[in-house]
Formats: sequence, structure tokens, C-alpha cells
Amino acid sequence: MDLEYSAEYDAFRNELRQFLDEHKHLSPGAVARPPANREEKEDGPNPAQRWQQLLIEHGYAARTIPKEYGGCGEEPDPLKAHIIAEEFAKARVRPGHSGDNRLVPTVLELGTEEQKRWLVPPSIRGEMTWCQGYSEPGSGSDLASLTTRAEVDGDDFVINGQKIWTSGAQHADMMFCLVRTEPDAPKHQGISYLVFTMDTPGIEVRPLVTMTGEATFNEVFFTDARVPKNQIIGKRGEGWFVANNTLKHEREGLGDPHQAENRFREIEELMSNENVDGESIMNNPAHRDRLLQLQGRMLAMKYNGMRVLTSQRKHEEPGLPRWIIKLQGCELNHQMAAMAIDALGELGTLYHRSDHIRAGGMWQQRFMMDLGLIIGGGTAQIQKNMIGERALGLPKEPKVEVKSA
Amino acid sequence: MDFALSEEQQFLKQTVDHLLRDQCSLDVVRADATEKQTKNPSLYDGLTQIGIPGTLISEDYGGVGLRLLDAALIAESLGGSVATVPFIGSSVLAPIAIELAGSDEQKNVWLPRFASGEITCGVALGDHVGARDNDPITSDGASVSGRSMFALDIQNADVMLVATADCELHLVERSEVELKPLYTIDKTRSVGELVFEKSSSEPLSSTSDPSGTLAKVIDAGRVVVAADTLGAGQTMLDKAVAYAGERQQFNRVIGSFQAVKHMCAEMAAELEPCRSLVWYAAHAYDAIPEDARLTACHAKAHLAEVGRFVARKATEVHGGMGFTDLLGLHYWFKRIELNRQLLGTPEFVRNEAAKMQGWV
Repeated sequence: MDLEYSAEYDAFRNELRQFLDEHKHLSPGAVARPPANREEKEDGPNPAQRWQQLLIEHGYAARTIPKEYGGCGEEPDPLKAHIIAEEFAKARVRPGHSGDNRLVPTVLELGTEEQKRWLVPPSIRGEMTWCQGYSEPGSGSDLASLTTRAEVDGDDFVINGQKIWTSGAQHADMMFCLVRTEPDAPKHQGISYLVFTMDTPGIEVRPLVTMTGEATFNEVFFTDARVPKNQIIGKRGEGWFVANNTLKHEREGLGDPHQAENRFREIEELMSNENVDGESIMNNPAHRDRLLQLQGRMLAMKYNGMRVLTSQRKHEEPGLPRWIIKLQGCELNHQMAAMAIDALGELGTLYHRSDHIRAGGMWQQRFMMDLGLIIGGGTAQIQKNMIGERALGLPKEPKVEVKSA
Repeated sequence: MDFALSEEQQFLKQTVDHLLRDQCSLDVVRADATEKQTKNPSLYDGLTQIGIPGTLISEDYGGVGLRLLDAALIAESLGGSVATVPFIGSSVLAPIAIELAGSDEQKNVWLPRFASGEITCGVALGDHVGARDNDPITSDGASVSGRSMFALDIQNADVMLVATADCELHLVERSEVELKPLYTIDKTRSVGELVFEKSSSEPLSSTSDPSGTLAKVIDAGRVVVAADTLGAGQTMLDKAVAYAGERQQFNRVIGSFQAVKHMCAEMAAELEPCRSLVWYAAHAYDAIPEDARLTACHAKAHLAEVGRFVARKATEVHGGMGFTDLLGLHYWFKRIELNRQLLGTPEFVRNEAAKMQGWV
């Protein structure tokens, strides 16, 4: 146990702090906001793209992506990645990205050389944005039952079907998508992984308004959408394997402990600054005790994150400490939003730009979004199955035999 | 940056676990509980032979000179086996108090005897961790008077460490104290009421900051109690997972039912981050002073909450059998429940955490 950083890492952190001090005024705001629509992106790089370019130049974004694909070409160093995440979170500055943290690693690992050159450089510059076409109305947790089909016709796949829960499809340039190409194969072996532009004729995006009142998700309909055959990542019928690679990257991205710590500090400020009956909310022992319970959970998750980080540095499989991150991290965030709302009482229900609203209704927005995240990206129940089966070694549920009609 | 146990620490834990597997079976625990024995002689001898009582005592005084994280790992093992031996009071709180507040002569006199296991020490801090049914402990410098409840590790103890209401620490010979055992749900540990009436005492007064010293002693105790709960909780989880993987109903092992599997997953998801919290708090005690007290409080309080959750769910996974004496699961359940209240209840300890952050 040694929580000191060696001189190399202290120097790295100091450089980063200096960089942030000098440049953070150029950051396009802490919250990622995609441009309003695809047409607006024509005239030169937007502030987010310029910020990303600056971060890549300084080695703070797309660090491990090889130089030939536009990245920094650094050796993977989980500790530096951690320091970057930590310092950006502390400074409340929008961090950089690695293109799309699901698509880019997948293409780098499983794509052809041509595909890497086509997809990776513009993605990490933020000029090619992505949405994920996985879930379907009939295939949520049972993703492998998906039925959107792609049939070969000449040099193209012809896609018909529907995707749902497609975050950002209204803004994205491209989709990575799972389609059924081999309808007669067992369900996990009949899937292929395609990439294509959202401008492809035959694709229709319909916004899906959620309980937050915003349309962060979409439904995407395919009617004879033609995609060139060479836009497949991996081989035909191997899409499930390719997709699992993507999901692995997505799971690791959710439930960031820095986010939880920042959120906790925001609630602490809120409780110190807001009054009820002329007294600070922090003076109410019931609210205070809830805050402390959340602090205990938050710290436990923070140190759990340090443990995972240490395993990754040593190239060890972190096991259980990693399996639980999505489940526990999303739940903690949700509980923190709930705590903030309760501290605000009736004011906590204000929304829709109401008078007297606090923080623009952020806590309600988070409270609802976090519930979405508890469900999305593998529901809490699916997470518990994985923890039970893969980490604890409990047996799977017996398969129910399907009787054909 | 290396947030992990060293090879030596892993070896230490394995050694203790191995000894406990041999010498602290459920049959042993059950027999001790029946006989109201909380210092099993052969087990204590075994632990003494590998230096456990001297874990935190410096090598100058015959100890092993390890740190609180090592003591926490030992406590985790002891909790995991619901071991019927003194540790938290006699081998953590008392030696730390003497190291921090004793004179060189006192260290020379007492610590080697603790380290060798020759004597054990009861510890009474009742005035400072939520006093109940107490007569505050007072002192005239050479003797102490008053009553302290829930003193730890008192059975067969040779000497008692007691904190006065004014934060002085005193050592009192066993013969000077009226000792009344209290029988809690947990039969694996010894707690009791100590009554002092002008009991002649030896003050540990080589500290310029008595209240700070006492607080540091309590911090250490809280981390180690939390570690004990971590170990007990882990054993309950392991037993639940094993049972769920064997027990059959409706022609299936019950662990294949999501209702049962999810209980196990929830226990693991709650308990696993606790390990990191305990490690951090124990490490901070020695190495990160600015985080030490806050994380000690959180380790104590959070483990109390998660411990109770795991104890309840693990019992439920075992169905009716979990509720019986036959399986003995209740020994862990009760150990966790006693730990929850010792050295400050979760609410009490969280309130301390609020104070130190300026929230009260």
C-alpha cells in the first residue's frame, strides 16, 4: 500500500494543472453538448473540436491511440489516465474523448487497416460522431434476439428493421449497428456488426421523448437502407463477439467515481447554502445523517476505484471490484440526486425554467437521467446476474425450451 | 500509487486464516460459547506463537512492529472465523495507548508482556463512545473511580486500560477492579462492566495532548472493528453463495433463481467496496493523517450498515436453516450486530464525522 505518486507522475500532474489553468477558458463548458443538427457542422471546427484538438496536441485526449490514426501514441498508462480524469473533474473542465469510447477501441482491435484509417482519425477529432444501434423494441436485455435484418444484394447489405434507445442518433454522423445476416444460424452466431453514415437513404430517425422531457434517445427505422458490404467490422456472423468488445468498454465507462465525488461536493454546498425556516439545511440532523451515509458510500466506491486502477496497472484482472462498478456507481449517483432534491423540498420539484428554480432543475434532471442509466447499458438486474454468475460462480437460469408454433 | 496488499500482508493473512481453519472450527466456537469462554487457550497460544498479540508493538519492545492495516487484516480473519480470543482491546487499543501516552519505563514494563501474550488487557472507553448507564470515570492522579460499561476483552484480563471522562488514560490491575461480565448476543467476545472505587492506577501521562491521543486510540479501534465486520460479512456471503449453489428446490439449485442470485449479488456489491474503505482507513491511520479520522468514522459506520444488510440477506439465502442453531450462522450475525454498536453506533460516529467537517 503506497498512495504516493512517483516523481514522474507528480510532474505529469503539475504540467496538467498548469495546462488547465492556462487553457480552461477555451473549454466549451463542462457539459458535453452536441451541435444542434448535422447541417450546422459545415463551417470549420466548432469550439468542442478545437478543444479536443488542443487536448490531443498536449497528450490529454486519445492518448493511447496510435499516432498514425491521429492519436498521441502513448503506451497505455492507467495511472496517467486516472490523473487526467481526476484533474479535469477537479477543475470542472470538460475532458477530451477518444472518439467514441465504444466504437474506436473496437475498430482498433478488430477492424481492417482501411477501416482504421477511415474511421479512427475523424472520430477522435470529433468530426465523425457515433450512435449505437443495438437495442430493438423486442430485444433489450436479450439483445442477441435482435431481428433487424441485413440481406446481401450485389455489393451491399440491405437493412430493414428498427432500433430503439439510440442516444444521439439525431446528431450523429455514423452508426455502429448489429444486424441479423444469417437468419438460420443460432441467435448468437447470426449477427454482424456494420458501420454506416446516418445520411444513408432509408434511415429515419424519430426522437423518443423521455420522462426528463428531453429527447436524448431516438427510434431509428430502416427501410431498404443500403450499406456497402465492406463496411462490416469483423466477419459475417461474428457481430456478437465484436459487440461484446464494445459493451466491455461501455461498462467500464459508467459510474465514474470522480463524478460521484463532485456531485457530493455540490450537495454539501447546497445544504450549507440553502435555508429552511431561516436555518441552514445542514443544521437538520436527519438531512445531515443522510449526507454522511452517502459520503461513506461515495468514499468506499472511490477507494474501490483505486483498487481497480491498481489491478489494471499490474495487468491483473480486477474481478469483483470491477463487476460492481456500474451497479453501485449508478445507484449512488441516483441516491445523491434524490438527497439533493429532498434537501430542497418543494423547491426541489421546480422544473421547466420555473421561477425560484435551483441550478436550472439539474437535480431533477439527474434524478431521472440516473434512473435511465440504472436501466440502460445493462439493467441493474442484468448486472446482478453477471455478478452472481461470473464473479460468484452461481449457475445460470435454466433455459426455457421454446416450442415452435 | 499502489492500492493493494503487499506480498507480506497477503502472507500474514493466509497464515492467520490457516491457523484459524485448523483451530477455530465452528465446533470450537460452539463449545466456547456454551462455556462462556472468550479466550480459547489453545487458539490464543497458536496466535501468540505467530506473534499476533504483538502486531502493533514495536520491535524494541518485543513486538512485530507492524501497522494498523496489518492489524485490520488480522481482525478481518478473526471476524471471518468468529474467533473466541481477545484482540481489539488487548492487542490494538491498549498497546497503541501505551505507545502513544506511556513513559519509556511504562513501555518497558508493559509492552513486552503484551507482545509475548503473557498478559492481556481489558479496555474501558465508555465515557467517550456514547456513554450509557455510566458513572463517569474520575481520577485523583493515583486512583480512578466510576463505572464504565461495555469494556472490551475483560475475561481473564490481567490489567485494565480505562479512559477517564477528562481523557486521561490509566492502567489498573485486575485485582483493583470489580468486574461484572455483560452477556450480549455475541458469545464470541467478552464485554463487561468495570466498577472502580478509588482503584489504584497508573496514569499514562506522557502525552501533551490527552484528548488527541485518546481520539487516535479510538480511531484505531473503529477501523479494526470495521475490519472484523468485513471478515464476518465475507464469511456469511461465502456461506450463502455455497449454500445457494448446493441446495435444491423445484429440481434446481436455488442459486439459479434470480431472487436468490440477486440477493448474493447485492451482498457482494455492497461488501466489496467496504474492503477498500477499510484498507484506506487503516492505511490513512499511519500514513495520511488528514484523512485518518474521517475515514475511520466512515469505515466504522458504513461497515455497520453493510454488515447488517449482509447478515440479514445471507441468513435469508439459507432459508429456515439460516434461522436455526444447527448451522451456526447466527454466530456471525451476532458478531456483526455487536460490532455495529461497539466504539460508537453508526449514527454517533457519523455525527462525529459531521463535526470534524464543520457541518455541526
